[in-house]
Amino acid sequence: MTLLHLAGVTRTVQLVDAPPLTILSGVDLDVEVGDRVSIVGRSGSGKSTLLNLLGLLDNPTSGDLEFDGRPVKSFSSGERDRVRGRDVGFIFQQFNLLQGRTALENVMTPLLYAQGKQFWQRARIATAMLERVGLGHRLGAMPDKLSGGEQQRVAIARSLVRGPRLILADEPTGALDLETGADVMALLDEVATGSGAALITITHDPAIAALASRHLRLDHGVLTVVGGPVAPVVRDDELATVPA
Amino acid sequence: MNRLLSNVVGSFVEAWQELRIHKTRVMLSLIGVAVAVCAITTVVGLGAVAQQSIVEQNERSGGRSATLSLYAGSNDGTAIDPDVMQEFWDTSLERYSIDYASRVLYTTQTVQFTDGAVPVQAIGVDQPYGTMHRVTLTEGEWFSVDDAERLAPAVLVNQIFWDRLGRPDLATHPTTTLLGATPTTAVITGVYPVSVWETEPAMYLLMDTITALTPADQLAASGSTPNYELWVPPEISEDLIVALQRDAQGALGAGTNVSVSRQDYAAYNEDPFASIKLLVGGVAGLVLLLGALGLVNIALVTLKQRIREIGVRRSFGATAGRVFFSVMMESIVATLVAGVVGVIGAVLIVTNPMLQEFISQGMVTDFPPFPVEAAILGLVCATVVGALAGLLPALVAVRVKVIDAIRY
Repeated sequence: MTLLHLAGVTRTVQLVDAPPLTILSGVDLDVEVGDRVSIVGRSGSGKSTLLNLLGLLDNPTSGDLEFDGRPVKSFSSGERDRVRGRDVGFIFQQFNLLQGRTALENVMTPLLYAQGKQFWQRARIATAMLERVGLGHRLGAMPDKLSGGEQQRVAIARSLVRGPRLILADEPTGALDLETGADVMALLDEVATGSGAALITITHDPAIAALASRHLRLDHGVLTVVGGPVAPVVRDDELATVPA
Repeated sequence: MNRLLSNVVGSFVEAWQELRIHKTRVMLSLIGVAVAVCAITTVVGLGAVAQQSIVEQNERSGGRSATLSLYAGSNDGTAIDPDVMQEFWDTSLERYSIDYASRVLYTTQTVQFTDGAVPVQAIGVDQPYGTMHRVTLTEGEWFSVDDAERLAPAVLVNQIFWDRLGRPDLATHPTTTLLGATPTTAVITGVYPVSVWETEPAMYLLMDTITALTPADQLAASGSTPNYELWVPPEISEDLIVALQRDAQGALGAGTNVSVSRQDYAAYNEDPFASIKLLVGGVAGLVLLLGALGLVNIALVTLKQRIREIGVRRSFGATAGRVFFSVMMESIVATLVAGVVGVIGAVLIVTNPMLQEFISQGMVTDFPPFPVEAAILGLVCATVVGALAGLLPALVAVRVKVIDAIRY
């Protein structure tokens, strides 16, 4: 089942006194439920712009962007925020835990934007999530009392606590040492597999990128499959015409 | 509905967390608001006490709203025949069905004390005067309707008079001797309080007692003519003034000068306290404005540090409206707490007995309870200030670019 569908997505920025700057051009990408995608690219290659688009934080200038089969353009601003809260989980390089809040409160934060059972039982759900990432004993700890690896695990718990279908990890191991980074990635993979979510990892670490099942490279706004161009999207009805 | 409820509760939770984490900054910025709310509430609360004090004083001297005063004199300076005047008075009260009316005569009556005979100010009144002027007694009771029939006339004395007699128990029917052509023994049936600046004994007598001691024509000849007061509904007072003026002129004939006018405090102004209220309210408003400016200032400065946090929240599904509401709510929750503190402070100040004594100068018998409207005003002010002070930071917060806020 296709979760994200990008076809010919272009993003340009209007500059004052200069021609428009093209940041992404002609990006085609399909992400299925349960996919493991890695995107590598140098600084300035358009990674964060792509992340904006994938995380429903921005609209493409042209091209089609569909989330869950619905064109993102048709979403109202509030609807887009709610879909993001429900279906997308973000993990950041700098963890971005909320300072002054305990690990538990941090994990409860996304549930503050939920409704019904998720909202009213947020403490219980968040506790269970922290236990799942092995931090059941650090519920009351403040972020500055946690190690980098622990902080990232709290961040993972936070991004997964609402059971998103898409996890966007932006340099998730960038601030961690090699070993801790590997542990964190293993955990992320395990938890994502458990919930059936798609995981898109943006990284410049080849070792982390290698953990994914599909490897993409972003270079000057053009997305390519590592080792060759991205295969054109193949739809079921076109299957017959694809040469063997 | 469900979404609304969880949104509101969620916003409260966020706001509370934010306040808890930034205790020091919040405390500092809120001291100004708490002080301002305390000031505005205190001022309104004290205003109520002062107003009560002024109203009571005014009602004692000028009567309640609307009290009409009728004065009649002849143009050549001679006294009007007391019988004619009395007849006109009785007829008028009957014609207009006026229940509360009183003659008032200020005169001097010599009283025998143990240390000698002393001229004492005597106020001759009719029985309804007590109600009309809200006379309160510390001992005994106001004249009853039957008191005019007593053989030994009833007299109400002030605290100083009573003190000079040695504070006799009224149950023992203490008497005093009124000197004059025929010395008369009067029974003291009540004691009324004095304000701090009064030092001389004084007393109330029924008008009929005074005329029994000194005949009316004799009083009139000595220049002591009573004033005539009526307590009527304010809405008919204007018409009644015209009617009484006309009637009096007719009954008393040419060559007399009749004036009927309102004399109660409410006659002079729409709201006699408007100017005081305006002044005090203006000062308190300025204090509140300064407090609010401090709050906006601090909120804007700290917002810079919070942009990342807002970005994180947006990435986890906080809508723009929710971010706006949360930042607003934070400001409102904080100022509301400050407002409650301020109002509690104001209640403690206003209900302080020493302060009440100072404001009332011993003239208020019924201290009004702390006015609810002052407390509500304080809380409303605090909330409005919170909302206004939160508006600007909330607008800034909504414009945060999410990914930029998170990554840089």
